[in-house]
Formats: sequence, structure tokens, C-alpha cells
Amino acid sequence: MTTSTDTTQQDERAALDVAGLTVVGRPSDVEIIHDVTLRVARGDILGLVGESGSGKTTLGLALLAHCKRATEITAGSIALSGAALDPGDAAAVRRMRGRRVAYIPQSPASALNPALRLGTQLREALHDSGADGGEATDAEAAARRRAVAGDPQERVREVLREVALPDDDAFLRRYPHQLSGGQQQRVAIAMAFIGCPDLIVLDEPTTGLDVTTQAHVLQTIRHMTREYGTAGVYISHDMAVVADLADEIAVMYRGEVVERGPADRLLGDPQHPYTVQLLRAVPILKTAGHTAPEPAGEDGPLLRVRGLRAGYGRATVLSGIDLDLARGQCVALLGESGSGKTTLSRSLVGLHHQFTGEVVFDGDPLAPSSYRRTAEQRRRVQYIFQNPYEALNPRKRVRDLILRPYTHLAGQPQDPDAVVATALERAALPASYGERFPDQLSGGERQRVSIARAIATRPDLLICDEITSALDVSVQAEIVELLRNLQSDGMALLFVTHNIALVSNIAQHVAVLNKGEIVEYGDVGTVMSAPTHPYTQALIADTPDFELSFGESPLHRPATKSAPGGD
Amino acid sequence: MSLATATAPESAAAAAAPAGRRQGLFRAAWRHGRTKVGVVLVGLVVLTAALGPFLSPYSPTELVGIPNRTDVEGTLFGTDGIGRDVLSRFLHGGYTLITIAVSAALVGVVVGAAIGVVAGYRRGWPDEAIMRTNDMVLAFPQLVLALLVMSIIGPQVWLIILLIGVSHAARVARVAREATLKVVEQDFVKSAEAIGVPGWRIMAGEILPNITSPLLVELGLRITYSVGLIATLSFLGMGLQPPTADWGLMINENRIAITVQPWSVVLPVAAVALLTIGANLITDGLSRASIGIDRGVEK
Repeated sequence: MTTSTDTTQQDERAALDVAGLTVVGRPSDVEIIHDVTLRVARGDILGLVGESGSGKTTLGLALLAHCKRATEITAGSIALSGAALDPGDAAAVRRMRGRRVAYIPQSPASALNPALRLGTQLREALHDSGADGGEATDAEAAARRRAVAGDPQERVREVLREVALPDDDAFLRRYPHQLSGGQQQRVAIAMAFIGCPDLIVLDEPTTGLDVTTQAHVLQTIRHMTREYGTAGVYISHDMAVVADLADEIAVMYRGEVVERGPADRLLGDPQHPYTVQLLRAVPILKTAGHTAPEPAGEDGPLLRVRGLRAGYGRATVLSGIDLDLARGQCVALLGESGSGKTTLSRSLVGLHHQFTGEVVFDGDPLAPSSYRRTAEQRRRVQYIFQNPYEALNPRKRVRDLILRPYTHLAGQPQDPDAVVATALERAALPASYGERFPDQLSGGERQRVSIARAIATRPDLLICDEITSALDVSVQAEIVELLRNLQSDGMALLFVTHNIALVSNIAQHVAVLNKGEIVEYGDVGTVMSAPTHPYTQALIADTPDFELSFGESPLHRPATKSAPGGD
Repeated sequence: MSLATATAPESAAAAAAPAGRRQGLFRAAWRHGRTKVGVVLVGLVVLTAALGPFLSPYSPTELVGIPNRTDVEGTLFGTDGIGRDVLSRFLHGGYTLITIAVSAALVGVVVGAAIGVVAGYRRGWPDEAIMRTNDMVLAFPQLVLALLVMSIIGPQVWLIILLIGVSHAARVARVAREATLKVVEQDFVKSAEAIGVPGWRIMAGEILPNITSPLLVELGLRITYSVGLIATLSFLGMGLQPPTADWGLMINENRIAITVQPWSVVLPVAAVALLTIGANLITDGLSRASIGIDRGVEK
């Protein structure tokens, strides 16, 4: 949008003007971001996308003239509404923050002070704005300053109404922990907007939220920036969200902005190969074109769950769960946080013991505790954890990590090197990684090691608990590709996720879990094209829409083909 | 003290061998100026204690002149209250103190870590039983407990080590349990449980290697506390017995004549103080390194 307007008008309206910004890390003098030039107009949102480690957050914080420990802005300039921001002048920077520029962090739970009531926190964020309205010459800015100059209590209520939260005294007296994640994030948004800043930096504000809440929060952000004429910089690794929200998109790769342009142009006709790769990696909600899965073989399902009921203490989390899983098939377990999907998958693998009901694996019942199961059962059912940063013992080498389950369940291998090499190869990692420690690996590589560890014992059933949710989209695409290959080798997958688009691309059957019950169960084609339960319909409707106009995503292709330029 | 050897070669080749990795913490700690100062101070005191007996001009129990004089011929710091050479007694009096301090701290950290890890991993009633018993031990003042037992059995070196070790263990157990609680929540422990690895192997193989940083810091702290406790015990007459040369004992024996002959008090006090400060500086450097303060950005 900015590029389409006239240049002179642009200079007047630009809320943020960054030129040649460079941030280096000490003591190694690595350039974390290099020569970044950005411009955002009032009321516009710039989407800043890139994988983790590309310098998005460092750039976002630099816009507030904030540098993390051992980093430093060495070159470039930042101007907010024409006024230069000098990172060296601490007092001036302090005056700018909260008034001219505000920040919304990723995790609202840690951003809000748990010891203060909401009213106190919101009033705290309301500085004496308006007093220093230097060049608030145009009418719009003057109006914004007036809004702030009035009664603080009234302003707090006003901004709460604007983010669609209650504004009564009872709500203002609440503490952050009494709110849901979505409400907390909306309070954080209210806090950022309360001083009517010129620029708001949003650092992945919806990453921790489920799709329905995310849709509400995004709507609020869009509405607020338009209403206030505030410029937004929206940092995210999720192309689908950015495509929905941003007017302009900048793609960051290794500390540089490799491509920048209006959202429509960039999504429709990406120029840089990295942008193309990033766009291709986004799983697209596929509502049609599924082939009906072949009926299960005559030897019965590999895993049969009937009437499973699980809980913690007296609270029941799951009830009446029926599930069938055949060899070589992938069943997706779809649900939002709190729906009980992790409890179900942990019950199946023997980590959650408080459940009743029938769980039959290959004809034999599975005991609730993994310690009561036979070694053979434990070998044949393997589990992959959500967070690859926690699932690997940081003090052990990859080689020992992979050999541990093997030696424990299948006995001392004749040729340990071969076991490690084969497992790593199947997880698409070079055999030399065996000598590494987990902290020498990236998130995606760690998750591959987790997969290698699980498949080293040659299991028949692999339970994947949200294994891609902690990873970037580009890495996610690679992991999904890997799982498909394993599945075509005859492994059965139980794929637990909250990402409906991913489900539509990997699974043959889907079970939609809501509040501890399976509300919809069927093959993917049927559920995606004609969802019957209102909950499933809402899930599909709330998922950010994302259409690729320049070509098919590799995720849409048959499982056997590999992604071009996927690495 | 093994910490003195932590001056590790600063080879850039990361993760060459498990031993090379263990030194990662020490190497990171070495970058802090305070660690270097600490190592120098501790090194000085340890060297004095270790080499002292070979360098001392007289035997520690030999009478060399008139008591409480600073100007005795052939002595550097004069004589103590009985007429023995102050320097010789100072040089002989360190190694017992440091040996006892280090072994007591080791006993405390090993036993405490074992208790803490078991309580933290087992949870439930074993945790309650262990930690409440632990609280009872904690409720006894360290010194009173030591005096009580020692006045019954009599002062013995092994008893000093045991008593100080046990009273340390209760404190280390608390720290170890907290550290364990953080680790058991992580998925790699659950992953081991899912494949049915026995509990003791999970504790030894998965949890213990991940709580070494706080335990190392505890070890440094406990050595310092041991020195203070032993010196106090000796001072109260319940530690090492005369005529053994010992720093704590020296302070006790000669405190009356401090105005006439200050050296026999000042030397051991200075040595204990330097050891304490040095050990705490190293400990501080280690804990900073383990948290990652001032690590900077590297690639």
C-alpha cells in the first residue's frame, strides 16, 4: 500500500521510518540484523515474517530502541513520525516508549504482572501523553492526543471496550491469572493502545493461542490500528496469519530483509526464492480432493480403543473415546488446548495411568502403566513429544539417545553404529550427527532426532503429540514429509494436533475432540468437505484462509514425491 | 581442591569428548575475572597447607624460645603461648582443616544429592517422609548438634567429618530436590518412563547429569561452611585436640595474648578468610556461568 501512494504524501504519513539499521552481537561482532530499511504508514500493518533465528524479534525490539544483553545498534536510523529516535539518549527513549511506540510480547501470561490488578496495570501504562505532543499538527493526531489527556479511569474503560472486554469495576479488580489466554492477550493489546502510540510492535502475539481465540485477537488488532491510525509491525513465522492481516509484508532471512512489498503482490508473485519456499511450506486447509482411504485389512485394526475414560483425580477429562487405527494409516486427533488430546495420547503410551476402558493393541490389551507392559509392547508403541527442546536429555549425545530405547527394549545390538546410522538416515539426518549434543542442533533437527529415537526400535505405532507446533512452518513441512514416508513404509500414525490445515494434508481419518469427547469421526475427505458438528464447522471457519495463486503447495501432492528445495 | 585445576586449556574445539564438555562450565566461569581471583586465592591457601609441612623450619610441637615473643631469634613470626614457632604451626595446621572441610563437604553433597533426587523423583509419600525428616534435621542448629554428639562420643576426626557432612546433607537435599523437580517435568524423563527404564537408572542417567550445576555450586559453598564450622569447633575445644597444629585451635589457644603476640591469631584468621573469599568467588563465577549471565552472542 505504501509503495502505491505518492512519495511526498508518504513522507508525511509514515509513522515509522527505518534506514540501514544494523544490530551486532558482542563479543563476536556477528551482525544479527544487517542494513534493514523499512517504512510503515499510519493505519497500516507490516507483516515481518521469517524463521526463528532470522532476527525478527531483534529488529522488533530495536524499533523500541531496546537491545537485548550483549547486542548493540551500530548503524542506521529510526524515526517515529519524523522524529528521530536516538538509542543513546536513555531519557528520550523512555519518553518515546508507551507514548510513541508500544510493544505486545508473545506470551501475555508473562507480560502481565501477576501481582497487580488489571486496572492498576492499565493505568500504569497510561503516561502523561498529550503533554509532549510536539508535532501533533494534523487533526488525526490531535484527536488521538485529546483522547489520552482526559480522565485516566475513563480512558482505561474506553480502551477495554474497544478490545471487547468488560469495563466494569469488577473486571478492573481482577488479576491476570483470572483471565483466559485470549483475554490476557487482549489486555496486553489494550495496554499497548492506551497511550495512542504511533507505532505498535507485535511479537507473535497469537502464537500461543488456539485458532478461534487467534481469530478474535487478530480482528481486534486490525480494528484498533485502523481506528487509531496506528502503524503496526506484526512479527510472525506464520505466513497464513500475516497474509490475513498485513497490508505489506517484509520477509527476513538471516538478518536481512530479502523481500518487501504489498501483501497481494508478495503472496501472488514472490520474487525471492526464500519467499517462495516459505509460502510453499504453509499447509493449506484442503476441503476437497481427498481420496477415500482404503478399507482396513481383514486382520482387524492395530489399535482398538473402546469406551476410554480418563481423568486427573476426580476431574474427568475424557469420556467415551472410541478409536480404531489400522496398519499404515494415519489418524489425526484434532482439538484445541484443553480438549484432552494429550491426555489421550499419553494414556495410550502408558504415561497417564488414570483411565478405564478397553485399549487393545494387536489383539492384546495394554496395561495403563508402561512399566506393566511387556518390553515387546513398549517397543512397538513409540511416542514423540511436542517440545523438541525438552524431549532430549541435553547431557547425552545423539548416538546414546538413539541407542537407549533400543538397548533397553531389544537388547544390546550387534552393530550399534549401524542402528544409529539407519535411524538417523530414516529421519533424514546425516550419520555424523550421532556425535553431537542436542544443544548443537536446531529445533527441526532435534525433532528429527526424537523421531529417529522413536523409529530406531522399528515400532508399529507412532504417537505424535503436536510434534510440529514448536517449529517454524518451513521445518514443519519437512517433518510432515518425513512422517508420510514412514507411513508409506507401513507404520501407523496417531497424529495429535490443533492445526486443522495440517490434518487435512496428512491424515486419512480424523477424530475431532472437544471438551473430552469425540464430536466427529470419519475419513478426512468427508469431515473437511462436509463437517456435521458445529464445533468442526467453527474450527474450519476460524482457520486463516490462505490461497496460493502461484502454484500448488508440495503438501498437496502425493506422499511419495519430495519437496523441491525443501532444505 | 579440584577447582584449582579448572584452568582448563581454552581449546575452541567444542564437544570433543565428554570430559571436554564437563569443562564447558569451568571454561565459561574462567572468563569471569572473579573466578580467576578466587582460583588464585584458594590456590595460595591450598598450596600453603599442602607444602607447608615440608617447608616449616621447626616441628609444630617443638619449643623454640620464650612464649609469646615476636622477636625470638631464628623465627619469622615469633613464638606462641607455650613457646612453639608460630610459622611452623601455621604451616602444619592447614592440611587437616582443608582435608576435613573437603571430605565433609563431599559427604554432604553426595548424601544430600541422593536424598534430594529420590525425594524429587518419587514424589508422593516418600517425598513427604524424606523431606519432613530432613526438616527435623534442619531444625537442629548445626553447631549444637555437633557439640552434643561430640561431647557424648568424644572428638574424633571421622566424627567431625560425619557430623558436618550430615548437617550439610540436609541443606543440600533441599536444593537438589528443587533442581530435580524442574528436571522431572521435562519430556526426556517421560520418554524414558514410556519405554520402561527402571527408576534408579532414570535418576542416575537422566536427572543427575542435569543438576550438576547447582550441586557444584553447593559443593563450593559447603567447603566454605565446613571451614568455618571446623574452625568454630576447634575454637570451642570440640574439634581437633592439642597439641595438634590446627588453624582453629591456634586462634583459640592464642587469643588471650593477641595484644602481645598478634601473629599466631592473625595468620590462621587471614588464611581462613582468604580461603572463604576465594571459594565464594569461584562459586559465584560457576553459578554465573551456569545461568549464562554475560555469555554474549557467539556464532
